[in-house]
Amino acid sequence: MSFRVASSPHGHIQRKTSNVMLAVALACLPGIATQVWYFGFGVLIQLVLAISAAMLAEAICIRQRERNALLTLKDNSALLTGLLLGLSLPPLAPWWIAIIGSVFAIVLVKQVYGGLGQNLFNPAMAGYVVLLVSFPLSMTLWLPPLQLVEYQLTFTDTIMLIFTGYSETGYSLAQLRVDLDGFTMATPLDTVKTALTNQQTYSEILTGKVFSDGYGIAWFPVNLAYLVGGLWLVQQKIISWRIPTAFLVTLFTLSFITHIISPDGSASAMLHVFSGASMFGAFFILTDPVSASTTAKGKIIFGILAAVLVYLIRNWGGYPDAVAFAVLLANMCVPLIDYYTKPRTYGHVSG
Amino acid sequence: MTPLQDISWQGIWKNNPALVQMLGLCPLLAVTNTVINGLGLGIATLFVLLGSNITVSVVRNWIPNEIRIPVFVMVIASLVTIVQLLMNAYTYQLYQTLGIFIPLIVTNCAIIGRAEAFASKNSVGLAAYDGLMMGLGFLLVLVVLGAVRELLGSGTLFAGAELLVGDNAKTLTWVVFQPDENFLVAILPPGAFIIMGLLIALKNKYDKRIEHIVVGEQEKTKIERARVTLES
Repeated sequence: MSFRVASSPHGHIQRKTSNVMLAVALACLPGIATQVWYFGFGVLIQLVLAISAAMLAEAICIRQRERNALLTLKDNSALLTGLLLGLSLPPLAPWWIAIIGSVFAIVLVKQVYGGLGQNLFNPAMAGYVVLLVSFPLSMTLWLPPLQLVEYQLTFTDTIMLIFTGYSETGYSLAQLRVDLDGFTMATPLDTVKTALTNQQTYSEILTGKVFSDGYGIAWFPVNLAYLVGGLWLVQQKIISWRIPTAFLVTLFTLSFITHIISPDGSASAMLHVFSGASMFGAFFILTDPVSASTTAKGKIIFGILAAVLVYLIRNWGGYPDAVAFAVLLANMCVPLIDYYTKPRTYGHVSG
Repeated sequence: MTPLQDISWQGIWKNNPALVQMLGLCPLLAVTNTVINGLGLGIATLFVLLGSNITVSVVRNWIPNEIRIPVFVMVIASLVTIVQLLMNAYTYQLYQTLGIFIPLIVTNCAIIGRAEAFASKNSVGLAAYDGLMMGLGFLLVLVVLGAVRELLGSGTLFAGAELLVGDNAKTLTWVVFQPDENFLVAILPPGAFIIMGLLIALKNKYDKRIEHIVVGEQEKTKIERARVTLES
């Protein structure tokens, strides 16, 4: 009988990086479908732009570093970065937004640090934050869901809006934002934030059209879809359950307490958990194997930290949503968290 | 290389205060959002550096070693005050734009570094030339960084030239392209850090090749470290 000695790691799941990346991309599909259903073809065009720019940038960087570009592209990590960034962009943002964001994410956030596995920050979110800080206007222009807009956009309209800034009939993005009743629409979190600063109470805000289905039209189903995809990833053991659970439970608890204390001055816990990028962030962004914490205890601390930051920025910060900022700030703490949560080696006493 | 050539080579490339010694980064990163701001601060620093090198070199034999640093700081502070008052008088708007960063030239380590490392050990002529070259090296980085940031951020070059050389220069502003929205990160402080890092990377990439052209092959290069002093 021969005992073959294999070197570590002795993992039982023989998954390659490329398969993991592809599985995460597949798990996004329900979310993508829902986003397309509510926000139109713009979502798909942004995805194509972001993914192709990310892969091209990756290929050029790898060539510059004198490595095999084809081999690196096959690990699908650039594809996933482009995908995640493309999904976070407003569907009708001008074309150069997706390109600048992807190139920044790949070149300056990933390759400059040494490529896959070396980056300190989540590339997609760092790219998103650069875009949000640089182009605040374009990055916050979300059209109302298709079901509420006055002018129905055709596929050609969408393409023309993204590449020229005007639809086929000559409407600009700002004009198209107007809903059926002539009101400009914003995302649920944005609506809550603006209305609360205008001294409206939360119950008054809920009578608005954005909340006609309870937790924000379009955004509730989109978040549900990402929850479904995320649960599949957890079930497949591609991502750990610890980060999403810690994140969502903390966010829910904090906003629940706040809502109990001041029901008129803060949004409900359900709205916080099922709005904006909560689910997308919890399952797809925070769980990035490179930039997230790697120890079991560390993952929980990491999730809690991100949730606290999201909660703080959403309630008292300058931005309506905060997942990207929270992820980057939590990424910064990862080396520290990992250092203090090192698991005890078998046989060693504590410490 | 003759001593003079060597001083210029050290100041502008080999031992550049900003790219290699990484001194005076605070004003460097804070004010370089346009070429003109960078140029203004660069010229101010150049004058202070030149003046302090000359003064320190002149008095170098009368300063007791123990109190040389306070004396250098006093010399630099007086020169900065002169520059500050001059800018207040002649380029008032630029003076206001640069704000606190003009008085902060006092704390620019590049200046006290040159006083300590070079001027206090060399003759007046050499010290003056060293001040000029180090100042030029710093000025060049300020201008390049300002140009890249201004170009990326707002698509123009030399915007606000009238702040430096009078109203006639308004036409100098060169609109390279007109972006729909300004690329704000390039103008904000993070952009300064990122672009500065890229400039250093670019310098390191072409370092060997340029050194080969300038110095030639006959001089064997030793293992070099980034350092403030010329001697090690």
